[in-house]
Amino acid sequence: MIPKGVSLNPNSRKTRFARRFICALSQMRNPRPVSSSNEEEVRKRSHKIKIAAYLSMARAVGSRRAWSRALLFKLRTRARRHNIMIGRRSLCLKKKRVIKNDPLGELSQTNKLRHLVPGGKTMDMCSLLEETAHFVTCLATQVKVMQTIADHFAK
Amino acid sequence: MSSRRSRQSGTSRITDDQIIELVSKLRQFVPEIRNRRSDKVPASKVLQETCNYIRSLHREVDDLSQRLSQLLATIDADSEEASIIRSLIAQ
Repeated sequence: MIPKGVSLNPNSRKTRFARRFICALSQMRNPRPVSSSNEEEVRKRSHKIKIAAYLSMARAVGSRRAWSRALLFKLRTRARRHNIMIGRRSLCLKKKRVIKNDPLGELSQTNKLRHLVPGGKTMDMCSLLEETAHFVTCLATQVKVMQTIADHFAK
Repeated sequence: MSSRRSRQSGTSRITDDQIIELVSKLRQFVPEIRNRRSDKVPASKVLQETCNYIRSLHREVDDLSQRLSQLLATIDADSEEASIIRSLIAQ
């Protein structure tokens, strides 16, 4: 099917991510029988799946990378805050960051990248590019594995 | 600002290699990035394409999560995990 390597490394990042992600998915299947899947539940679960995907990938990479450390920190902080907010009306205070006028085009591009890569705001240019390369590779792997799983389920 | 400039020029050789590394990785997705010595224009283009690529990957994760959520609602078997892992490893 996919012309991937002849010998698959059982310890590869891809396999580590796949295992964690599938574990998370299997825990997500409803304990109570769901006769009709309504929109709200599907949407809530889709959000949980998304978080599980990023979490699984960050854990598979571990603390070796600055971006994975930053992502794990962000997800844990968000989970803690979410647990506190359950029961209350969630006050979504989204502060829109005002981007200052940049006379040089390339500075704003770097800033955009800093916002996209976890932990990118405090990195120097070298580290940012290195982390970006690794982050993009891992994200692409994540998408590929999720696609494989979805195709498998769809059969 | 000037200190950042001088630091960049001091480490510019490393930065160029990183940019070239990014270019080669992104080349399969952006065929129009030319292999030029990094100036201001290609560098910003690489960064821009990288940003676009990351955003498109995030969107794909969103779509796939939605799709997986719908699929999870329909399937029921318990032996799925083992067969999935087996099939993933077998590829």
